[in-house]
Amino acid sequence: MPQTIIRAERVEKYYAQPSANRIQVIAPTDLSVCAGEILALLGPSGSGKSTLLRMLTGLSTPSAGQVFWHDQLIATAEPNVSIVFQSFALFPWLTVLENVEAPLQARGLDAAEQRKRGLRILDTVGLDGFQTAYPKELSGGMRQRVGFARALVVEPEVLFMDEPFSALDVLTAENLRSELLELWQKKTIPTKAIFLVTHNIEEAVLLADRIIVLGRNPGVIRTDFKVTLPHPRDRKSEAFTQLVDYIYKVLTQPGERPPALPTAPPGVSVKATESRAAHYQELPHARPGGIAGLLELLIDRHGKDDIYRLADDLGFEIDDLLPIVDAAQMLGFLTITEGDAEITPAGAEYANSEILRQKELFRKAAVDNVLLLRQIVRAIEAKSNHSVPEEFFHDLLDEQFTEEVTLRQLETAINWGRYAELFDFDAARRRFIEPEKTSPEAVDDPDAETEE
Amino acid sequence: MNPLHGNFSPTRGRETLARALVLRRTEPVLLDLCVAAIGLAVFYAIVRIAMLWAGPTSEQMVVSLSPRALPQYAFYSVVRIFLAYVLSLVFAISYGYLAAYNIRVESFMIAALDILQSIPVLSFLPPVMLAMIALFPTRHFGVELGAILLLFTGAVWNMAFSFYSSIKSIPRELREAADINRFSWLQRLVQLELPYAAIGLVWNSIMSVAGAWFTLMACEMFHFGSKDFRLPGLGSYLQTAADLKDGKAIAWGLVTMIAIIVAIDQLIWRPLIGWSDKFKFEQVESSQHVSSPLVHLFTRSNALAAIARHTTEPLNEAIYIKLANRRREQVARLAAHPETHAGRGGKVATWVLLALLGIGVLFAAQRAVELVRPVVGAQYLELLKGAGATFLRVNFSLALAAAWTIPVGVAIGSHPRLARVAQPLAQIAASVPATALFPVVLLLLIRLGGGLGIGSIALMLLGTQWYILFNVIAGAMAIPTDLKEVATLFRFSNVERWRKLILPGIFPFLITGMVTASGGAWNASIFAEYFTLNGKTLTTLGLGEQINAATANGQFPIILLGTILISLMVVTTNRLVWRRLYRLAETRFRLDG
Repeated sequence: MPQTIIRAERVEKYYAQPSANRIQVIAPTDLSVCAGEILALLGPSGSGKSTLLRMLTGLSTPSAGQVFWHDQLIATAEPNVSIVFQSFALFPWLTVLENVEAPLQARGLDAAEQRKRGLRILDTVGLDGFQTAYPKELSGGMRQRVGFARALVVEPEVLFMDEPFSALDVLTAENLRSELLELWQKKTIPTKAIFLVTHNIEEAVLLADRIIVLGRNPGVIRTDFKVTLPHPRDRKSEAFTQLVDYIYKVLTQPGERPPALPTAPPGVSVKATESRAAHYQELPHARPGGIAGLLELLIDRHGKDDIYRLADDLGFEIDDLLPIVDAAQMLGFLTITEGDAEITPAGAEYANSEILRQKELFRKAAVDNVLLLRQIVRAIEAKSNHSVPEEFFHDLLDEQFTEEVTLRQLETAINWGRYAELFDFDAARRRFIEPEKTSPEAVDDPDAETEE
Repeated sequence: MNPLHGNFSPTRGRETLARALVLRRTEPVLLDLCVAAIGLAVFYAIVRIAMLWAGPTSEQMVVSLSPRALPQYAFYSVVRIFLAYVLSLVFAISYGYLAAYNIRVESFMIAALDILQSIPVLSFLPPVMLAMIALFPTRHFGVELGAILLLFTGAVWNMAFSFYSSIKSIPRELREAADINRFSWLQRLVQLELPYAAIGLVWNSIMSVAGAWFTLMACEMFHFGSKDFRLPGLGSYLQTAADLKDGKAIAWGLVTMIAIIVAIDQLIWRPLIGWSDKFKFEQVESSQHVSSPLVHLFTRSNALAAIARHTTEPLNEAIYIKLANRRREQVARLAAHPETHAGRGGKVATWVLLALLGIGVLFAAQRAVELVRPVVGAQYLELLKGAGATFLRVNFSLALAAAWTIPVGVAIGSHPRLARVAQPLAQIAASVPATALFPVVLLLLIRLGGGLGIGSIALMLLGTQWYILFNVIAGAMAIPTDLKEVATLFRFSNVERWRKLILPGIFPFLITGMVTASGGAWNASIFAEYFTLNGKTLTTLGLGEQINAATANGQFPIILLGTILISLMVVTTNRLVWRRLYRLAETRFRLDG
């Protein structure tokens, strides 16, 4: 049995609201980080991956539950951990060497020792000769090397990484990933475990010994399994693509029980989802133009394609493609089965129509399927001055979502409503208003008024 | 010392005998001599100041108008401003730090800052001066300290605001990087907060020091009740010269003042701005490098480096080690007794302290109410009338300033060649404190048959128009070229061009300029409505006049009420007008969105 370094027991995070409701970011979760493993945490944006990471490092205190560092409460221990940040988080006014020495200075090492260790770690990550450079003089990849050096210089027991490669270009990221793996496998660094937060499925399958997939609203562990493929892993191999496909399925089918693993290794623990019925659906942050583009692409591919392949061909990260797929699904323009997206008749008609007809179809689909848009239209009709303040809906959404999500919801709703000419939005007064009647057919849609 | 920095790397060592490097080798020696000379000069300066301060009070000091006295006077004034600035910097950093890290008092501290900022400097004058003189009745030191504190009250608030908002806007990941690496508060301050706030602090320092020059005139020479205070300095020199209508002395004084301001700008602010470029958070390297003889001197001198090696660096290291040890002990203690980590004793102490503070505030407030009780209805009416007059005057001067600066600013901003000539000129013109020019302007006006009514508006204009002008220039420069091309392409008429392109384009900048200008105009109104010339006191109806007259007659209740009125008006207009316009500027008229 490997040694457990960090153990989280029923940790959860929520934000109390003035009303009785509270916004649950992470549902009660058990999780442990064990010696000898690279653990990848996958999930769509908004699933609380970074929040979970911060609770495990002790940076953030859980709203309930406890985190233990070697069986001691983390608040009373001094966990020997480091974080590599997505934005690098280097101090631009310090040189590379000063950046790397800063953690040692904080630990009270004398100057000579700081210098010695700093230079050694810069050597390890391939930054010889850059000691006196400032971060802004370096390329993105070099900066993240400094980020790694600063994290590794304290010889952390657990190295946390918060999407460390997602700000880098594809080639640089690939290069850094393999170098990190080499350091880890050859035990050049004394680090006992690596905890990687990512939204890149391939990256997780490429690096991790164990993968945890989070679902959102609130964040829950949807599946947690070990990856036993030998290193170096081949992206083209059958086992690899099967695993990637499997994770895609888990990610694209929120609310359902995760499907069975393709080649279920022993010790797999698949946890059931707690699906909470939410009042409002969360509108995916996608533009109508993007939805139309995706549908047209699907028609070119005979109406059906694997989402993973689609993302790959488009050069999209899953986080960029998923909202568009979700939006099309929500509007009834496509269905998803087994990780494949299939266009519906309504979707096909939409994609093949000219612009005014498209708007009409979108309007119908939106009012039929999206509660928030329906409510806005209703409210505008009901008011004598045909205008409703944004605040009203802000407060309604606020009961259910965090402030950030609420604002994004409103932004998307405004975007969709304007496109479909369901309503207009007066940005100066922050009010929803009736659309201007330019052409009768564009506005007087009987469906928009009668259907629920 | 870091052997990898500078010219101490081992590969260089072998070349040191090369002849080409002889000059370079002797340079540090010259630099050391310069540093030594500066050290001696500073020592002499401190001795002179100490002699002046420790001397007895001289209520009837005669200000000499001989040009030969000027260097000494200028020196005294510069030292006063310097000390006030250092005090402001320390206070601003502590206040901003406390406000940013104490959630419970944060909103209270920021509201207090807002109100303090709206109080005109002159209202602080009587209480501060009397308190200082009461503390040091027999020494000159008291008056001197009072003047420094007054300059401080004019300079400190915007710096505190700047530091506070910088701390608040530090990116989350940088903060987490500091936390996860166990930075002590000291290391966080030195390596994260101060560098992050540096650029804002530098710009606000420049504004604050300019404000200090403005205040200087008033606080080096004033009457309170029957007392007449004078401090040797540039401000009192200029004021005396104006009083005696000595044109030659005024000219000498002005030239000295402008020379000092230009020198400070060139020797201190320009290099400082260049140096602060290093603290830009954007991860892009800028192409321009600013060099400064002073920075060169201090970074390259061997002697200074040696001193640092033997004093500050070991000390620094010792402090960091101590802080790290203390943290370890704390964690060990926590691990031993996990449940006691919410320090109960500390909490009780805080509450007791807060209660005491509350009682103190209540007591003071009650005394203040008692103080204003004897004020009668007619006096209230007079104050309100004055408030109305000053309000109109401030806004009229703002409108006037906007009326000429908008067209001129847009012209300068959209013609790069004109900008190259006009901008430095405008900068010099702006750097001369309005209070110093005021006597000259007023003498001219009186000769032309005008009075203080026009004169006070002129002073407000002198003090505030520059903020608007510089912002309008910046705004006009920021209008994207493609938008201008669109306007040309569609043959916009001149009116259309202004309405659809230029005015919306400069709007955010204009608002920023107007907000600053409005604050400056209120402050200037106090100086502008009451002036002693040729032994006669000129006045014009207004709150400033009333506060000034009350100061001269020693009427505390009127000063207090007048100050409350002014703060009320400033805070209300800020909340009702400027903040709304500001929000509009930030949302609807943003160009980068």
